[in-house]
Amino acid sequence: MIDVKPVRQIDLTFWQKTYYPEAVKGLAITFRHFFTNFFRHVGRTLGMKTKAPAVTIQYPEERRFVSPRWRGLHRLMLRPDGSPRCVACMMCETACPDRCIYITPGETSDGRIEKYPVAFEIDLLRCCFCGLCVEACPEDAIRMDTGILELGAYARTDLFLDREFLLSDKPELTTHEQYPGELEGAPVHRINLLKLAKGHGAH
Amino acid sequence: MLVAILIIVIKVAVVFAGIMTGAFLLTWAERKQSALMSDRIGANRASILGIRLWGIINSLADALKLIFKEDFLPPKSMRFLHAIAPVFAMLPVFLTFAVLPFGPPVMIAGEQVNLQILSLDVGLLFVLAFGSIAVYGVMLAGWASNNKYSLIGGMRASAQMISYEIILGLCLIGPVLVYGTLDPGKMVAEQNLLLWGWLPKWGIFVQPLAFLLFLPAAMAETKRAPFDLPEGESEIIGFATEYSGMRWGMFFLGEFAEIVVLAAVLATVFFGGYQIPFLYGGMENMGGPGFHFPGGAYVPVAEWLVVALRVIAFTLKVGILMFLQMQIRWTFPRFRYDQLMRVSWREMMPVALLNIGITGLVLMLLK
Ligand code: SF4
Ligand code: SF4
Repeated sequence: MIDVKPVRQIDLTFWQKTYYPEAVKGLAITFRHFFTNFFRHVGRTLGMKTKAPAVTIQYPEERRFVSPRWRGLHRLMLRPDGSPRCVACMMCETACPDRCIYITPGETSDGRIEKYPVAFEIDLLRCCFCGLCVEACPEDAIRMDTGILELGAYARTDLFLDREFLLSDKPELTTHEQYPGELEGAPVHRINLLKLAKGHGAH
Repeated sequence: MLVAILIIVIKVAVVFAGIMTGAFLLTWAERKQSALMSDRIGANRASILGIRLWGIINSLADALKLIFKEDFLPPKSMRFLHAIAPVFAMLPVFLTFAVLPFGPPVMIAGEQVNLQILSLDVGLLFVLAFGSIAVYGVMLAGWASNNKYSLIGGMRASAQMISYEIILGLCLIGPVLVYGTLDPGKMVAEQNLLLWGWLPKWGIFVQPLAFLLFLPAAMAETKRAPFDLPEGESEIIGFATEYSGMRWGMFFLGEFAEIVVLAAVLATVFFGGYQIPFLYGGMENMGGPGFHFPGGAYVPVAEWLVVALRVIAFTLKVGILMFLQMQIRWTFPRFRYDQLMRVSWREMMPVALLNIGITGLVLMLLK
């Protein structure tokens, strides 16, 4: 048997069926918004202290707080001695549903670990920002906590991230203080994302 | 002879410049107005030397972008038709304006000059005819793109436009019966008369029902929300899918020009064109040019000022009607296609016919 979903019929009154009174009501609402905002804008231009005419955040200057859990641009973590944490176990490459991680492992003479990534590339154009790579990593070597959300580029090649880029911890990278003290001695900048967001006057 | 040609050239230039300015400002107003009514700020990023001019620069940037954008031609399209379709969509709109008067007849060097490019006895038919030709642009665009979705989009658009074209025609019959003329110039002149000595004989007062039907039908003709099924830019594939750069720009310039022209048609037929209530020129009233109020009060106004006031009044009316169309466009959600067709054929059409019947009956009884 096919299930039939009964569509709820709304009984409209005659005037509702003609559309016009309801249309006028709708227009009244938008007109009210238009004119209140218009006079507020004019007032502001003239230097008066009126209520804010818009509820929007003016993006490049004002920023919203980005949650530490939010998945942004990837980065690779460093050990306290500055070497990559990644042991080239290929877990992330295997877990990645988009197959956009390419790792070339190499052997190391370091007594503690066997392999390290000679090359580690992420094709951001294919990445769906699912975060499975982060989940899969046994070493906490890959994270998506940079808080960087402007990922535009002028060329496709710019979105093909290499190991050096992923490992570099640029000062503008915003991270949250999740494991304080863990990376002591490592050349890693840590910026408090919350503080930063508040400094930008986000709501 | 030379003077006559010069006058026509000037009139054409003025009208063309007027429509283009209107269309250009509309691309800006569309953003700003929609932003204000939904508590946003709207376009304000583009600037020249730090001057932003409340976002008007954005429209310039848009035009630049369209000009320099890659002009993509679908490989298997019909080159010629593909190229000519935007022209078909845009040109008729400009031609429509030719028969609409934007000011009263003026005396220049002892000769009467109509502020109207073409004084046609069948002006309104001309308007409707060129409104219909715009359908060709849409249909050709869909057909010539060699894209099945575009073709269906074009069919959808032309079906919609033809359906509402009929309503437009039926709605115009009422005013034509009342004013007894198809010439927009004469129609506007008629609208300066008074009903019962105080009410201006504007189309909206003598034919309210026709106006209520004409406005949505006309908006459906411009293919804009809530009737924007031909485009539905991001959701349903429309006729202009295979157009890019300035060719695409022409479709949308045509659409914005259509809004200007529609506002002008609405003003002409339903809002007294260039007329201001109780203001008469020297030719129309024995008492001299100026305001003649019903009570007998008389405020004299110089003849040239009467002309200037009337041209300004027409521009203002067109501006307000464009504003209203924008507001409607940003207030209502889109119709579903079957609803769209049902509204036209099964709901608006009978009422439009009824309106003609009532108008005829009333006119017969008044005789
Ligand atoms: S976020 Fe998902 S898609 Fe992107 S690299 Fe990681 S696993 Fe692959
Ligand atoms: S899962 Fe972690 S340790 Fe393994 S290859 Fe990926 S980043 Fe390196």
